[in-house]
Amino acid sequence: MDYGFTEEQNKFRQEVRNFLEEEIKKGYWEPVCDAWIQGFDPEFTKRVAQKGWIGLTWPKEYGGQERSHIDRLILTEEMLRYGAPAACHWFADRQIGGSILSFGSEELKKEFLPRITKGVVYFGLGMSEPGAGSDLASLQTRAVEDGDYYVINGQKTWASCASFAHYFDVYVRTDPEAPRHRGISEFIVDIKSPGLSRIPMTDITGTEAWNDVFFDNVRVHKRYLVGEKNRGFYQVLHQLDYERSGMERLMGNYPLFEAIIQFVKKNRLSQEPVIRNKLAQLQIEFEVGRLLIYRVALVMEEGRAPNWESSMSKAYCTEFEKRLASVAMEVLGPYAQLVSGSRLVPLRGMASHSYLGSKGYSLQAGTTEILKNVLAVRGLGLPSS
Amino acid sequence: MKLTLTEEQEMLKNTAHDFLADKCPKSFVKQMEESEKGYSRELWQEMAELGWMGLAFPEKYGGGDMNFLDLAVLLEEMGRACLPGPFFSTVVLGGLPILEIGSEDQKQEYLPKLIRGEKIFTLALNEPGYQNYNASSVAVEATLDNGNYVINGTKLFVPDANIADYMICVAKTNPESGITIFLADTKNPRINCTILKTIAGDKLCEVVFDQVPVPRAGILGQLDKGWSVVQKIVERAAVGKCCEMVGNIQQVLEMTVDYAKERKQFDRPIGSFQIIQHYCADMATDVDCARLSTYQAAWMFSQGLPCAKEVAIAKAWIAEASQRVSALAHQIHGAIGVTIEHDLHFYTRRTKAAELAFGDANFYREVVAKEMGL
Repeated sequence: MDYGFTEEQNKFRQEVRNFLEEEIKKGYWEPVCDAWIQGFDPEFTKRVAQKGWIGLTWPKEYGGQERSHIDRLILTEEMLRYGAPAACHWFADRQIGGSILSFGSEELKKEFLPRITKGVVYFGLGMSEPGAGSDLASLQTRAVEDGDYYVINGQKTWASCASFAHYFDVYVRTDPEAPRHRGISEFIVDIKSPGLSRIPMTDITGTEAWNDVFFDNVRVHKRYLVGEKNRGFYQVLHQLDYERSGMERLMGNYPLFEAIIQFVKKNRLSQEPVIRNKLAQLQIEFEVGRLLIYRVALVMEEGRAPNWESSMSKAYCTEFEKRLASVAMEVLGPYAQLVSGSRLVPLRGMASHSYLGSKGYSLQAGTTEILKNVLAVRGLGLPSS
Repeated sequence: MKLTLTEEQEMLKNTAHDFLADKCPKSFVKQMEESEKGYSRELWQEMAELGWMGLAFPEKYGGGDMNFLDLAVLLEEMGRACLPGPFFSTVVLGGLPILEIGSEDQKQEYLPKLIRGEKIFTLALNEPGYQNYNASSVAVEATLDNGNYVINGTKLFVPDANIADYMICVAKTNPESGITIFLADTKNPRINCTILKTIAGDKLCEVVFDQVPVPRAGILGQLDKGWSVVQKIVERAAVGKCCEMVGNIQQVLEMTVDYAKERKQFDRPIGSFQIIQHYCADMATDVDCARLSTYQAAWMFSQGLPCAKEVAIAKAWIAEASQRVSALAHQIHGAIGVTIEHDLHFYTRRTKAAELAFGDANFYREVVAKEMGL
């Protein structure tokens, strides 16, 4: 047992911090909440790529560094600590690249992975549909074979990467006759494909980070099928394990945590017993959540997809993020309702933004309820309901 | 970073598990709770022969030369088995402080006897007016009289004082919060011990020191400078308690999941109902968080790293998590779980006592607040 980091790991963490602090000092961006999912900055992504920090764990032949999952977690933890605008590359780096690596053809790996690691190609995810959320296997978007092509019709919603995505990784039904888990396939679709249209969605915070994507006879060549036809549902479960695994589920609104602690110290609220107690409790919950996520990275390090482990960490951690936002609102009192841009707004509006945005934390990538089902059935062996 | 046990630790864990499953069934636990002494001499001797008392002590005193992390593994299994008796008092509260601050003569004198299972130790720290582990609230006094010290006052919640041969007593030796740690021989008739009746059925005692003489040689560590040592003793004890609690709630989780798989209502196992599944998922999360944070503290402690914050996090977390786990376990077990025939009550009673021991969640949240610079 060893809860410590190696000297190399500590050095790497410092290197990432130095890089990010330099970026802030140069005025390239300022730390904000949710920057991993809403902070789109292609120039930042390219600078990160130059450091070799996209696809850190991937094989060198595809542009990766073959480094450990702990290293990647150190990297992402620091990105989140500084609220860095990493959304352009986040999804491909976290899970879509991994899906291509695990299931894709050699041709697909060569076509996409090096460009992802160079920070020039961005991916959005197309899983949910208006009628298929938690019950993902009920998705209705169809792909029909036509010679060397598949023709896709239907609609995806909550597709990530806003207007920056070059490609979407989508799951569609390829066999409507088969049992529903056995008729789904994964495709990479070029956003410029004729028949594909995209309407930005505005979320409760007023942010446009997601899309409704419509497919009207969109033709996709067979070589963009990822993995086996009709095995897509098993691939999506694998991908979801990674989607749920990371530090963004704990530190999505970390800049608010630091800001509210500073605010309390500066405004002499730290002698209030209730506030001390609440902030200390948040700190305890934060540190405990961090351990859950490092455990997940160690599972990945063993070469195993984290399954119930990442369900546990995501369910726990997003509840922490929600409590953090609520406590920050309590501490700020009536000022808490002010939004970014308003006169008198405290903490650059991070509290109100995070409070509203945090409602979605426990819905993205599997609701807390679905995650608890996974943990109960696959982790504890309880019978399916 | 590695969060799993070594092969040796796994072996220790399995050996301890099997031994205790055999020697410490709940019928035995019940019998010990009802007995005056609260432990069995035979089992104590067998544990000593397995090397358990000496596990974390150096070889030169007869110990096993292992460290606090190895002891943590053992404590977890003891918590899982609800092992009654003075192991925690003797080793964690008595022996390890002697190893840490005792003179070489004291170590030679006491540790081999402790390790062989011949002598039982404990710690007298709490007092009637004693709050939040604060030096200024220590009222038990030791005054110098003809070259010897004389201890006066009442200590409370002293575990296993009824059977202890030696008692580490924390006393005020200087009005300016000068605290000194004494090692007192309990054979002195002026030490009066009364067993308190507790929910856990353990032997917590009220100990009255009435003009008890202790020679200068009975001072552990430095005169008047004992408080920082007391803090470390409390820190160590808190981690040790967390380890026992991890074993407790791990066992409760497993019992509850097994029950949810077997118990049928509405023609199906209740574990197939989503609400029960979510309760179990919440329990598992609390248990894993407790385990990860407890072993983090135990690892840091065994490495000699400063870990006040990590200890505080572990105990603050498990203090509340254990109560949530216990509450859900009872809810899922239904009415059978509140009967005396079912084993669950052993765990419920113990985990509440452990929550209160060596600092509760509010106490440690305050420690964390200070560490945050609040």
